[in-house]
Amino acid sequence: MTGPTSAPLVGVLAVQGDVVEHIRALTLAGAEAVPVRRPEELAAIDGLVIPGGESTTIDRLLRVFGLAEPLRARLADGLPVYGSCAGMILLSAEILDGRADQQGLGALDITTRRNAFGRQVDSFEVDLVLDGLSERFHAVFIRAPWVERVGPGVQVLASIERDGTKHPVAVRQGNLLATAFHPEVTDDVRVHALFVEMVRARGNIDGRAVVEGSASTTNRDN
Amino acid sequence: MVGRRHSPGPTPPVSALNAEHHHAPEGTNMSTPDTNSVTNSAPGLAPHGTDSAAPDAGTTRVKRGMADMLKGGVIMDVVTAEQAKIAEDAGAVAVMALERVPADIRAQGGVSRMSDPDMIDSIIEAVSIPVMAKARIGHFVEAQVLQSLGVDYIDESEVLTPADYSNHIDKWAFTVPFVCGATNLGEALRRITEGAAMIRSKGEAGTGDVSNATMHMRQIRQEIRRLSSLPEDELFVAAKELQAPYELVADVARNGKLPVVLFTAGGIATPADAAMMMQLGAEGVFVGSGIFKSGNPKERAEAIVKATTFHDDPDMIAKVSRGLGEAMVGINVDEPARSIQFAERGW
Repeated sequence: MTGPTSAPLVGVLAVQGDVVEHIRALTLAGAEAVPVRRPEELAAIDGLVIPGGESTTIDRLLRVFGLAEPLRARLADGLPVYGSCAGMILLSAEILDGRADQQGLGALDITTRRNAFGRQVDSFEVDLVLDGLSERFHAVFIRAPWVERVGPGVQVLASIERDGTKHPVAVRQGNLLATAFHPEVTDDVRVHALFVEMVRARGNIDGRAVVEGSASTTNRDN
Repeated sequence: MVGRRHSPGPTPPVSALNAEHHHAPEGTNMSTPDTNSVTNSAPGLAPHGTDSAAPDAGTTRVKRGMADMLKGGVIMDVVTAEQAKIAEDAGAVAVMALERVPADIRAQGGVSRMSDPDMIDSIIEAVSIPVMAKARIGHFVEAQVLQSLGVDYIDESEVLTPADYSNHIDKWAFTVPFVCGATNLGEALRRITEGAAMIRSKGEAGTGDVSNATMHMRQIRQEIRRLSSLPEDELFVAAKELQAPYELVADVARNGKLPVVLFTAGGIATPADAAMMMQLGAEGVFVGSGIFKSGNPKERAEAIVKATTFHDDPDMIAKVSRGLGEAMVGINVDEPARSIQFAERGW
């Protein structure tokens, strides 16, 4: 489906959230970007972005619109997925301070705390050192989560210190990428470029978009 | 997309200025992860240690960005913690805490003000989604109180009785972001100039009659299209006519949209109402009396949320519109009984 030079088809989950910002950033980063609201749209893509938004709303609508199970299946097949903020929460294996019925997708072996930095008055922006980028990334945190536990296969790309503790705010595990901040609301598309590269790399290695079996465990972090 | 980043308008006070990017990365700091420090709390922060990255709170970008995260969503008026829970369960992206829903303000009359802090606290306690609350137009102390309570967004709202018939609140002076109503582009741009980080088109709240919301959304979109079609040398006069700063007018003309998120509000009572406003160009929907004045609030709230996501899919709107029971009875916009004209408040 995706050749070495062609633009990979990357979906942006479009049930709620800042979808157009991600579509713009992905396009600038060299992908063909499309909104995804239906199972058949989900089946066609090479990679997916779960945008910023309200994680409880997105979580609910994923189930209501019959997207949760197909998405879990594609995640198990190794679909590259990037989540920003709400997207990070939804990808997490465990969610703290969420709603009792919030299920998420349980794909990324991390424990995430919702609204960890506080309410909207505590939202902030800061220049962040991000592993793999040679220059700082201007990161925008809006009612943002942080990561409280990372599993053994998870690489921490950036952290922020609060009260003497470093909290991961950007992580990668195989084909999954997640940030607590919103690169899509800035003009800097380096995080999206990194993700498009992940999508491309998988397309090239697998030679097709959907892989049966255990491709998801392949770790290409190096 | 866009103009959001250009921080238009006149030179805002300092509090707003840290909005501008310091996007230019500082030096080539090869990646040692985990070097950033952030101090404890938001405003006025200084970094620990020598790392030069100082976090900024209350910037234009985090204020407008917060509204970006609400896009495609439904914000519901609630007057109790129980209603807030119902709204959250139904998939609301935020709740709006107010003393009385507009339909009751309309029916009961009297001066309508900011809600009781205890009620706002109980709503903040009850839900994990963002909580907005209304302050009276020009009542900057109500806004100070709401910020102190920790609400996530303040609606400087014409639905409450105005506290100042000349001046709106100087919204740049706050860390918390504001949403304001507008009936036309000039009004929207004046609110943005005062620091509003989100605009909602006004309707006639509390009527269940969507016609005013439709008119104002069409008006704003039409004026934006007209601006985009003007040659650059006519934008100066356009700014004069709109009674808005030239830089902001030029920014809208260039980008074909407001520099902030545009929602709609007022009179939305059915899933089809919400979907129509989305098709007319709203980026999300406020629903007030339409939910908790209807026969079946929970189902209606869920249906409006679904119709907002699939606003361009008539099959889906048909499906979610079934079996909702009675919509709010409604008051026709032209009825003489409708003595209060909310949309005319604000200038």
